[in-house]
Amino acid sequence: MDSALIPKGVKRCPIGQFAVFIAVVGAVLLWGVVAMFLCYIKGLNQTNMNNAYGFALWIWADLAVIALGGGAFFTGLLRYIIGKDELKNIINYAVLIGFVCYSSALLILAIDVGQPLRAWFIFWHANVHSMLTEVAFCLTCYFGVLTIEYIPLILENRQLDKVPFCHHLSHNMHGIMAVFAATGAFLSFFHQGSLGGVTGVLFGRPFGYRTGIGIWPWTFFLYTWSAAACGPCFTIFITRITEAATRKKLVKDNVIDLLAKIAGWMLLTYIVAKIIDTWYWAAVTAPSMGLTLMDFYSNNPGSAYGLWILIAEVGICGVLPAIMLVSGSVRRSPALLFIAVTLAVIGACLNRWVMVLQTQAVPVLSFESWFTYFPSWQEIATTILPVAYGVILIALSYRYLPIFPQEQELNPIEGGK
Amino acid sequence: MFPFSFEWVWDMGHMVFHGGLWYALSILGMGVTYCIIKAVYDTAKGQGGHHGHGQH
Repeated sequence: MDSALIPKGVKRCPIGQFAVFIAVVGAVLLWGVVAMFLCYIKGLNQTNMNNAYGFALWIWADLAVIALGGGAFFTGLLRYIIGKDELKNIINYAVLIGFVCYSSALLILAIDVGQPLRAWFIFWHANVHSMLTEVAFCLTCYFGVLTIEYIPLILENRQLDKVPFCHHLSHNMHGIMAVFAATGAFLSFFHQGSLGGVTGVLFGRPFGYRTGIGIWPWTFFLYTWSAAACGPCFTIFITRITEAATRKKLVKDNVIDLLAKIAGWMLLTYIVAKIIDTWYWAAVTAPSMGLTLMDFYSNNPGSAYGLWILIAEVGICGVLPAIMLVSGSVRRSPALLFIAVTLAVIGACLNRWVMVLQTQAVPVLSFESWFTYFPSWQEIATTILPVAYGVILIALSYRYLPIFPQEQELNPIEGGK
Repeated sequence: MFPFSFEWVWDMGHMVFHGGLWYALSILGMGVTYCIIKAVYDTAKGQGGHHGHGQH
């Protein structure tokens, strides 16, 4: 029925099967949309946020998807600026994943701001002393870059490509894509960093506060670094899941190996920097404020934060995947590679959780105790909403757009039409 | 915010933040405009593009 829209030389499941899949995921999406409208209509009283938790599940989800969506800017930087030509076979998917991540982040923010009709205030009445202003500027512009990078893929749909204007527009956009990619890398550096800076400058919260260079705390650089390391891991992670779902090999091993190797070295250098940062904070910064490391990880009844979370983030989901990814023999094993990228992805999410949620859980006044928080179902539903949206967009893009240039070669079909 | 807005102050913060924003928006705007104008021109001229998939 929709065979005229499917790219040439590739096979897709029957439309009925595809429709059932979309309907199932669509039901989850609908659940999220109901929760979203509840938040819009009734307000932020639908959440479990309170005076202690001004940032909660939504902001964690925002920071996590932005870090994981970093695969788009970093793969683009490697492909167009550094000149790693092999990555042209995965850049489309990296862009799509980045587009999903950033549009999800903006969607969550549109719910979180409470009054989305006033979202433009941050551009017009900007507070130029705020890290979040920089985040808003760069995030919005970078979403524009991702949209520009995604449009040529849409225009390459089999039917759209027959329209001369669409064909030429797509061709021209490819021609100057390096300019957009360079702009995207510039914007990403600043908004990823500023997200880290938000916590790092909070001198009233010793758990999150860091020293740094000039106005930039060390977390500024660590966030950008971790996004560049874990973003490509997320791209590989989603590629492997897509391959499992479609029961096809979509990207050649040498491409995955190259991306995993670069991500591994980025992760290894990042985690060394993270360990140094943590040590300096525990040995110098926190004691200068009258606190010790164990003040942040013990005697906190009601909350689950113990040393385990530091070991999980830095050790199990940091050092371990870094060592695994720099090892050629591990990268050549599909199972071990998948474990390594999964750990790296969890590590990035844990880092954002700790920096957003644990920072607010720690009491800052002597008469306070640890603050606890559990999200409401509306917060959970609206956080799952972008996941369902992402699955649907990826499914539609995979079905109708030539996302994987090597798919035809890796999966030849009889007749090859 | 523009320099003619009443809130504008000619300090480093405003110049760096908004300068960066306009710089990025200008590059994106000019890039897209160039692509659209060239696509219109190429279409009118009847040129055939020769790009394959995966050249992104």
